[in-house]
Formats: sequence, structure tokens, C-alpha cells
Amino acid sequence: MIFEQFRRSLAITKKDLSIFYLKGPVMLSGLLMPAFLFIAFVFGRKLSLEFLLPSLLGMTLFVTVSSIGPIIAPWETRMRTFERLVSAPIALWAIILGDIMASFSFGLFITLFIFLASIILLGMEIVSLSLIIGTILAAFCFSSLGLVISAPPTDNPSNIMMLSTLIKFPMIFISGIFIPIGEMGDWKIISYISPLTYYTDLARYTIGGNYFSPAIDLLVLLGFNILFFAIAVKWHKKNLAKRF
Amino acid sequence: MHAITAENLTKKFNGFAAVDDVSFTVESGELFGLLGPNGAGKTTIIRMFTGVLKPTGGTARIGKYDIQRNPLEAKQLMGIVPEMANAYVDLSALKNLLLIGELYGIRKKERGEKAEYLLKLFGLYEKKRQKVKTFSKGMEQRLIVAMGLMNDPKLLFLDEPTSGLDVESVILVRELIREFNNNGTTIILTTHNIEEANQLCDRVAIMNHGRIVAIDRPEELKRTIQSTTSIEVAFTTKVNAEELMFDNVNEIKKVGDKLRLYAEKPEDIIPILVKYAQFSNNKIISLNTLAPNLEDVFLKLTKNEGK
Ligand SMILES: Nc1ncnc2c1ncn2[C@@H]1O[C@H](COP(=O)(O)OP(=O)(O)OP(=O)(O)O)[C@@H](O)[C@H]1O
Ligand SMILES: [Mg+2]
Repeated sequence: MIFEQFRRSLAITKKDLSIFYLKGPVMLSGLLMPAFLFIAFVFGRKLSLEFLLPSLLGMTLFVTVSSIGPIIAPWETRMRTFERLVSAPIALWAIILGDIMASFSFGLFITLFIFLASIILLGMEIVSLSLIIGTILAAFCFSSLGLVISAPPTDNPSNIMMLSTLIKFPMIFISGIFIPIGEMGDWKIISYISPLTYYTDLARYTIGGNYFSPAIDLLVLLGFNILFFAIAVKWHKKNLAKRF
Repeated sequence: MHAITAENLTKKFNGFAAVDDVSFTVESGELFGLLGPNGAGKTTIIRMFTGVLKPTGGTARIGKYDIQRNPLEAKQLMGIVPEMANAYVDLSALKNLLLIGELYGIRKKERGEKAEYLLKLFGLYEKKRQKVKTFSKGMEQRLIVAMGLMNDPKLLFLDEPTSGLDVESVILVRELIREFNNNGTTIILTTHNIEEANQLCDRVAIMNHGRIVAIDRPEELKRTIQSTTSIEVAFTTKVNAEELMFDNVNEIKKVGDKLRLYAEKPEDIIPILVKYAQFSNNKIISLNTLAPNLEDVFLKLTKNEGK
């Protein structure tokens, strides 16, 4: 039964990918964004490449994965396509999982390019087994966060976009992307509440400059995954009736 | 076993009872109509049966399954054409159907065949690879009905399936409804089109203000209000309604340039009308006796049994 539900959530993923992601402009901006960020970082600040690359990786994964996921629910509400999904024999958690898997795979695809570019163009060895596991966990985690953000039962995608920016922007600043956690002094406490902190930290591991051990990073990311997924399902369930 | 059962079904929105303590059953193979004016609570009932809304009280059962307790098993059995739902406009007609097939766990080969079959049945085969965005409203509505049939349901909920369709599509959809019903599918149909209910349904429940005010076969419903047998009469010179208020006339209504007289025994009224015409030097241009129709039942019930 559960396995069958997983299969059905893949149908949701497929639908999301073909409606929202597999479009020229979306793919292109997903790929160009890290390139622009990289250029801005390199020319704008006097930071070492060793510091920049993990920051860039963390930020790109975070931004691409959580960009489209949040607008799916308000969009379906507005287009009145949600009622049919909900009345089909697929559990709400499986619908949400399907939406998460869509941004998840989009994020992994973009990250793959950064991995390849960093190895081929920059000759840097940031990829390790723990980073691969970490990337998978983080992509799922940020994607789930996107579905937590989309829980308010509005039919206006731009409301959710606003909320999404309000949450994501501060997160980037507190996650050790621009300033290493070690140099944050007493402020580093607030960086602990952001899952992005642990992913960026993990990405620094092979190059050096990490703050936590990879095991801690992975465990905390796993914890955030469970937390965000549970909250997403709970909140969407609570608000479901208001979407019709 | 009943196909569906409503037991004291109630739905409140912020204290307002949209559906108020409704109980009924539909037998398998029946074509059952929910008829009522706007806001009567038809869609709310359907949404409780399809697991979209949680009842405030009572239970909705699909076969032996309580929709709240075994939602997945219950939903697997039914096909749904929701009232306000759309197809995905950015997907093609074919992809919309295949998506539904996947959501119901239909195997790949089968769902491909079923989708093609339905596309042909609903006259959309030529446009199967076009995005639904490019469809007319009627084409999209036909696709939506087709989507409700992807899983070969034994039980089909149709919430105003013919709204927004042109005459030709209405006829197509009605014929298909009959055909599916003849092949054994139980159908729950909501409509405010009385003629549609009259033509299609084995039984009709008339709803008003969240309650069922009458439930029976269309012919029986008509019989229960014999007093609405009426005569329609038109004179060459216009006549005031009050003048025709004879002893055994219950009610008079003006209908266009005609007058409609309601009476228990219309046959007694006719000679009186003829005498009246002679006496007042007037002439009768037309005279019709009308059997009660479902519209009369509907109007009578939804007026009297209001709040
Ligand atoms: N989500 C909701 N929140 C608040 N009130 C609602 C909601 N859905 C329906 N209602 C109210 O419940 C009542 C019944 O609505 P419903 O849609 O079931 O009527 P209906 O019989 O289907 O009408 P129509 O023929 O117009 O489709 C209406 O008064 C409506 O305003
Ligand atoms: Mg309705």
C-alpha cells in the first residue's frame, strides 16, 4: 500500500516537472544564477576560492530548490486543479512528497553542474561521499521547507513568493555563507537554527574550514528533513478545506 | 449493499449549516439526482462523499467504506467530475488523462489504451497532443468528464457535468451518462436543470437550504402534488386574474400573455371558462391542460419548506 502511494507520488512529480520546471527560462535561470553569483562573489569581495565555492554551492542549492516548490500549491488552488488530486486515491502526504521530489530533482540537476564545473574548470575537489549524501538530504530539506512555506491556503502565488523571500533572505545571511561561522562570535547561535548552515559547513569539509564534524552536519540535516516534512503535511492537511 | 449511504450528514461553515442532517441511500446501478437551487448544498454533499471535505457530523459511506476512515479504498472505487475543477491547462489532453490513470494506479499499457478510447469517445482524439490551454470551454469540460472515467468506476459522481456545454455536447454527455448507467455504473448527478433530472434519473432528491425536502422517482414526485394540475388559457381581450378566481381554482398565475389556473379537477374548470367567455363577450384563443411537471414540484417544495 505504501509502496503504491510512493509510485503515485511520482506521478505528481512528473506533472510538476513538466508544468513548472522543464521550461527553457526556468532551466536557464537555474543554470545561470550560480554563474552570476560566482562572478559577483569573485569580483566583489576579496575572499578565497576555497571559501567561496562551498558558499556558492550552498546558496545555489538553497535558492534553486526552494524557488518553485512554494508556488505549486497556491497555483493549483487558483487554477482549480487541486480538488481532483485530493479526491483521487492518493494520500495528502504522497501529494506533498511528489511536489517535494520535483524541486528536489531540479536542485540535484543544477548541483550536478556545479560539481562538474568545480572539478573540470577549477580543479577543486570538494566532492566527497558525505557531501553527496549531504546534498541529497539538503535538497530534500530545502524542498520540504518550500512546502511548509506554501501551506497558507491562499490562491495568490505572489503572496507566497513574498513570504518565501521574507524567510529565505535572512536565512542566507545567518548560514555562514558570507561570514564563516567561526568568526560570527556570539551571533553564531542564530546560525544553528538554519539548515543551510549545516550544508554549507559540510561543503567546506574536504577543502577545510568546516566548523562541525560531517556526522553532525548530516544528522542535523536529517532532523530538519523529518521536521519540515511533518510540518508541511500537518499544515497542508489543516488548511486543505480552505482551498476549494 | 448500498452504493452510497449518508447518515445524518452535516457540514457547517463557521456555524452556518450548508448541509443539515441529511440521510439517504443510493442503490447500486441507480442513476440518482440531487436537484436544488444555488447554494442548496449539493456540491457540499458531493465533496463529503469524495473525501474533499470532512463532515462536521454524521458519516458518508462508499459501499462498506467510511470515506473518513478508509479514504484510499473508497476513492479507488469512484470516478469524479467535480463542479469547478479544471484540467491542467499546461498539459495536453492525453497527459491529463494519463496523470489520472497513474493516480489510480492503472498499469501503463492499460492506461494508454483507456486514454485513447476516451479521447475517441469524447471527440478529442485529433487534439490529444494539444495543450488544454487551446481548448474551448466545451472541449475542456468533455475532457474533465473523460478524466472522471479513466478508472472504470463502478460509482460516478457528476457535479453539474453539462454546465457550460453547447447543445451538441450536452446531448453527447447525457447519452454517455445513460449508457454508462445501463452498463451498471451507479451515478450520482447534481443539477439545477429540472428537465435533465427528469429525463435521466431513476430517483431524485430535492434539496433546499441544506436539507432534502423530497426524495422519490420523478413520476411519484409529480403525483404527490396533484393540486398543481393546471389549465393555461388565453383570451382575445385581456382578462384580469381575479376575475377567474372561481370556487375550485386554487391559484392563478400569469404566464406571458396567458393565465395558468391551478385546480384539483381541471375538467370542471373548462366548462366554467367557456361560459365565462360567452358571458363576457370574450373569446378563448387557446386552452391547454398541463400535467404537473417536476418544475412545479421543485418550486413548490423549495418555496414552502424554506427556512
Ligand atoms: N468553503 C466554504 N466556506 C463557506 N461557505 C461555503 C463553502 N462552501 C460552500 N459554502 C456555502 O454552503 C452553501 C451550499 O453550497 P454548495 O456549493 O454546496 O451549493 P450547491 O447546491 O452546490 O449550489 P450550486 O447550484 O450553486 O452549485 C452555500 O450557501 C455556500 O455559500
Ligand atoms: Mg454546486
